[in-house]
Amino acid sequence: MSWTKKDLLGLEYLTPEEIELILNTAESFKEVSTREIKKVPALRGKTAVNLFYEPSTRTRVSFEVAAKRLSADVINIATETSSVKKGETLIDTGKNIQALKADIIIMRHNYSGAANMLARALEISVINAGDGWHEHPTQALLDIFTLKEKFGKIKGLNVAIVGDIAHSRVARSNIWGLTKLGAKVTLCAPEMLLPVGIELTGAKTSSDIDEVLKNADAVNVLRMQFERDEGAAFPEQLDYYKKFGITEERLVKAKKGIVVMHPGPINRGIEMSSGVADGVNSVILEQVTNGIAVRMAVLFLVSQAKEARQ
Amino acid sequence: MSMKEKAKILDQDSIQRAIMRIAHEIIERNKGSFGLCLVGIRNRGVYIAQRISACIKQIEGMDVSTGALDITLYRDDLALATGQPIVRKTEIDFDINDKNLILVDDVLYTGRTIRAALDALIDFGRPKSIQLAVLVDRGHRELPIRADFVGKNIPTSKKESVEVCLKEFDGRDEVLIAEKG
Repeated sequence: MSWTKKDLLGLEYLTPEEIELILNTAESFKEVSTREIKKVPALRGKTAVNLFYEPSTRTRVSFEVAAKRLSADVINIATETSSVKKGETLIDTGKNIQALKADIIIMRHNYSGAANMLARALEISVINAGDGWHEHPTQALLDIFTLKEKFGKIKGLNVAIVGDIAHSRVARSNIWGLTKLGAKVTLCAPEMLLPVGIELTGAKTSSDIDEVLKNADAVNVLRMQFERDEGAAFPEQLDYYKKFGITEERLVKAKKGIVVMHPGPINRGIEMSSGVADGVNSVILEQVTNGIAVRMAVLFLVSQAKEARQ
Repeated sequence: MSMKEKAKILDQDSIQRAIMRIAHEIIERNKGSFGLCLVGIRNRGVYIAQRISACIKQIEGMDVSTGALDITLYRDDLALATGQPIVRKTEIDFDINDKNLILVDDVLYTGRTIRAALDALIDFGRPKSIQLAVLVDRGHRELPIRADFVGKNIPTSKKESVEVCLKEFDGRDEVLIAEKG
């Protein structure tokens, strides 16, 4: 099994074997971050550009840390202070970065499909760090990596995804990845936050959180994205917390040993209580640590694939 | 590429005898097993290191820390189109500072793997010394590197390949020399 894609755009486009290859490679990379000298020379002389059209701390920093631990040079472009403000198009920006002889663009964009479009226009690698409501593949990969660490396997696991499914690229990437690896996915949300036709992905839907938690090995709690609420249907915050918030009381009735995940940043007291976020079931900070290993694996694999094509 | 089998250079008994002799030589050179540690290079070097470790325990009655090193990320041909390497786990869960570290591999050839391994080890600390033990030295060095402990010197041509099989990895113990066909 070898990696042949120059880009990572979404888990929809990967085979189960390719997903496994990323996870296995990440397992090897995890050790690098435990060393006293947390650096290997694998991407020495390569340049990675963080191109973020949306605010992000953890994903951008995680990619930057990952690239630096592989000895790549990292350049951060904040579009707020760049020529994007002067009206430069995405493709023009990408081609200019390519002309600077960068090797990898890591992009976050508010439009679904932006990463796919950029990848088609460029020779260099594009890694999707989140595009609109479409995909956020490295987040799902680190979620799946964390689950695999906890349970030893993905096949047969019952994974619940709770919250704002409609606006969530994290949910979509998780659904693709988990179902491809043989997990059973249940989406739990108020009806207004479940997109029409989502069952076509093979995931089940429910609006009874307590029933869902009884059978779930793990629950991935999504952030309520109030910044996207532009007059669209959105539940009232306290009402949502009462009906869907993950609290200590709810966990008492949940499946024993249930693993609680969250992609961050957490709205404490809206998606989950502080007690749960910091409690024994939570693996939220392990997810952050695993994110580095997963992103190192992705950076390494796409740059190797590019070498192989030349 | 098909390989034509040419000759069996070492069988199970001679492999084990060579490993036992290497263990004795390591102890002799280092005046005992105190302050020693072993690091095998993935894949087969790891099993040879474990066997040397077991022999040292048999002789000296002392456990010697033994680890595994994957050198993929340190290879000098990563940027060349030589097929995609698989990154495997490095497991060195002990302190290598001020130890006499025995680096172990199955075959010593160009020396480039050992160069990569030395770079990797330095990232883990500063051993008192690094010594090299190999089951087979087949010559054709491209770097100024030599082994301190050698199981068997096998003169080869560059057209030949040396294949080391170990029970733990391949299901059988033997060293073969084959001509690239």
